[in-house]
Amino acid sequence: MKPILSCREVTQLVSEGLDRRLGFSERVALRLHFAICRSCTNFNWQIGFLRQAMKHLADAESPGKP
Amino acid sequence: MSPPDDFRRRIEQQRAYLLRFARLQLRDRDAAEDAVQETLLAALGAEASYAGRSELRTWLTGILKHKIIDAIRRAGREPQASLDDAEDGAALEELFDPSGHWGAPVPAWRDPDASLEQAQFFEVLESCLAGLPAKTARAFMMREHLGLETDEICKELGITPTNCWVMLHRARMALRLCLEARWFGAQETPRR
Repeated sequence: MKPILSCREVTQLVSEGLDRRLGFSERVALRLHFAICRSCTNFNWQIGFLRQAMKHLADAESPGKP
Repeated sequence: MSPPDDFRRRIEQQRAYLLRFARLQLRDRDAAEDAVQETLLAALGAEASYAGRSELRTWLTGILKHKIIDAIRRAGREPQASLDDAEDGAALEELFDPSGHWGAPVPAWRDPDASLEQAQFFEVLESCLAGLPAKTARAFMMREHLGLETDEICKELGITPTNCWVMLHRARMALRLCLEARWFGAQETPRR
């Protein structure tokens, strides 16, 4: 894995991180990128939030449920 | 009221919830009705195995997930007239410049946790889900709604893990954009 990832590559890796266990070098590469990229940091947070929202959607106790 | 009738009534009370759950995944009212009907019948015949071990709704949802996967399997054998893949990927590419950087910065979302308390947010989320291309949506919902692992999804859909990850990624990109446009980006103006 190359040390410098583009934002496009980061978005794919962030998403894959929700579906498989990332390797050590992948996690390091992400951290290095987040340290210098506000957009990808926001993206990472938002994708995590999306998963949380999907959990709520299936959850019986969320608002607006019959 | 005799115990069997009581069980039937308690199961019946969960129908609306189950139907909603099934429709989110299957996107087809009839298929969702069928899956729920099969679930309720299976549950009635399995009262002994329920025995109050878990929440009734949780137990029923577990049965429903299997019925939904059966329905996806059946539908998978039918030919699909979906051309959405190429179109889907092209839209994604437009977010980045040729060097792979964001074309426009990704703004932070203000107080997302508060959104999870609002029914309107979930209406928007459901409508964003409905806007996903069919194949992409099916893979995403299998992952995030049914809670299947990637290898199970690959097996059911007959695709490679890499394909699966690409589809899930596209779904998340599209949903993020949709939520930003229709919910988080609209926060400055009063909501209807």
